[in-house]
Amino acid sequence: MDSPVHARMGACVLALWLTTSASYAQDAVKIGFLTTLSGPQAELGKRHLEGFQLGLEMKGGKLGNLPVDLTIADDKLAPEVGVEQVRKLVDSDKVNFVTGVVFANVTMAASKPLAQSKTLFINSFAGPSPLAGSSCDPYFFGAGFQGDSTYEAMGKYMSEQKEIKSAFVLAPNYQGGRDAITGFKRYFKGDVKGEIYTKINQPDYSGEIAQIRAAKPDAIFFLYPGSMGISFVRQFADAKLGIPMYSGFSVEELTVNAMGAAANGAYSSAVYNDDLDNAANRAFAEAYQKKFGRRPSIYAALGFDAVTIIEAAVKASKGNLSDVESMRAGLRAAKFDLVRGPMHFNTNQFPIQNFYLVQATAGDGGMRMKTIRPIFTPHKDAYAPECKMQ
Amino acid sequence: MTSTATLLFEQILNGLQLGVMLFLIASGLTLVLGIMNLLNLTHAAYYTFAAYVGVTAYGLTGWFLAAVAAAIASTVILAAATDLLVMRYLYDRDHLTQLLATFGLLLFFNEAITMLWGNGAMQMARPQWLAGSINLLPELSYPAYRLAITIVGLAVAFLLHYANHHTLLGMQIRAGTSNKTMLAALGVPVHRLYTAVFCVGAALAALAGMMVAPLISVDVGMGDSILILCLVVITIGGVGSVRGAFVAALLVGLVDTLGRTFLPQTFGFTLGPALSSMSVYVFMAVTLLLRPEGLFSAHQ
Repeated sequence: MDSPVHARMGACVLALWLTTSASYAQDAVKIGFLTTLSGPQAELGKRHLEGFQLGLEMKGGKLGNLPVDLTIADDKLAPEVGVEQVRKLVDSDKVNFVTGVVFANVTMAASKPLAQSKTLFINSFAGPSPLAGSSCDPYFFGAGFQGDSTYEAMGKYMSEQKEIKSAFVLAPNYQGGRDAITGFKRYFKGDVKGEIYTKINQPDYSGEIAQIRAAKPDAIFFLYPGSMGISFVRQFADAKLGIPMYSGFSVEELTVNAMGAAANGAYSSAVYNDDLDNAANRAFAEAYQKKFGRRPSIYAALGFDAVTIIEAAVKASKGNLSDVESMRAGLRAAKFDLVRGPMHFNTNQFPIQNFYLVQATAGDGGMRMKTIRPIFTPHKDAYAPECKMQ
Repeated sequence: MTSTATLLFEQILNGLQLGVMLFLIASGLTLVLGIMNLLNLTHAAYYTFAAYVGVTAYGLTGWFLAAVAAAIASTVILAAATDLLVMRYLYDRDHLTQLLATFGLLLFFNEAITMLWGNGAMQMARPQWLAGSINLLPELSYPAYRLAITIVGLAVAFLLHYANHHTLLGMQIRAGTSNKTMLAALGVPVHRLYTAVFCVGAALAALAGMMVAPLISVDVGMGDSILILCLVVITIGGVGSVRGAFVAALLVGLVDTLGRTFLPQTFGFTLGPALSSMSVYVFMAVTLLLRPEGLFSAHQ
């Protein structure tokens, strides 16, 4: 008998909840954090999210005096899942910003529905070349770095070394791998003695190492992210060829301890390293170490920086988050002091920022990456002239 | 010796090493498929599991042979348990059901390994006594550990061949592959034989996983990447034939390694990598065209 009463009560509670959540929504910055949280690469997305959440925490959970309403979504490293999640974030969560995507194939797919709905996409990690060049898009900010830049930096550094007259280059056979080699060759002026594209997730590189031995280059340059890099570096060191290793995104904070002594002395180029000496990074690295008990990786650092960049957009809107145009204008004009160093946006809305030479070094408590010197101060990507956006 | 000849020699060694690894994994797979008519994708999980156990045991004891023993023993226990709890109910099902069930179990094991050991990659050092290199040619010093893998693999292949042809168990296995109804009618406890075969297969996969652990980054994906090559091996070799698996594994290892080197050199950087990743499948297609039953089919 009392079920209608319950039903009415339920309806009241529901109505109350709807009105409160609706009124809450108007004065909150709604951010959709779309990243890879499952599958073999989940660790990268998790670190990225850790950095972002630490950033929000250090701002007291508020950006430009507005509380933050964060929705976390998993793209499963699949472009179609990414698009589906973006539609949900835009249509039902009504987010003001989308950020967090780590993998460029998801970024490409997610950028289209976001451009259509005029939602700002603060792409906090690697930005694909089409979005930096001919397909640039007013609502897309490549707030991390253009995908080629890291490898361009290494190409430039290696060209400047007198003892490196030739190099042998290797990467996995996918778009990111080919882009890395293209970026490297854009700046490397020496002789490329060999160029190998291997199967993705190939576990054994003995065949490639034999070819390097036969080609006798002065140095090798490679892109092998994650476990591919761990296998490659260990096997390369085992072969004892005495050829120095240079890479981008392969020998880094997350992999260098698994590589161990095999990586000792290997050079890498990066937009961030945890020992960068600037005020923002000192505060961030200390807070991160305290909270998670380990050094921050580039994934965490760029997640943290995304908070600073979104904050600038919120401030430029003066509290009116539907004013997307003033947020865009604010970001395009802003000069940031990020944990990675100074940064501002180029005309294609990709960063003009520094790149650094880092080296794997043995210390107490294992291996770590040490900053040696800047390579580019600052660097612009090669695609900006192709972008006709205002 | 010219540098091309040195390169060719080194690549043949690398190809043999890949081949014996493939053989260790594929021999278990082909035996189980041949005798029990069970297509067991979970086999890849035994390889991964053994590598994880091996890395952990080596970290704890610092004794390489103890790590090998721990990896093989624990994998055999795991395999016996899956056989008794799951595989038993799949023997009489069709291949599609087996494929779905064992693939599901593979995903389950991969996720369980992630829960036990975490998401990050693990690594292990080679034992001191195998850490050096051996000067095979004036221009070529080859890692001793890789040579050791090849030698152990060849020794195991020889032992398997001997056991298959000169022991009672081997005779029963061969008989079971040809006609298991007749074997059961003769009073051989077929289910016990199944479990024995299943465990031997898992032990070989465990040995492979353990031996490869110091070379590669140990992560949950390691089994999946080698599983497909193993299916190619048993298809080329002929279902149920250990000898076929051996010959096919060495051929696939050589085709893959030599293809990776010489196809890009011939066809350039755009077409070459695509051709080299196709090479083993083209090889399989050609073999099936000429011998639809594989090189050495165990069935009549």
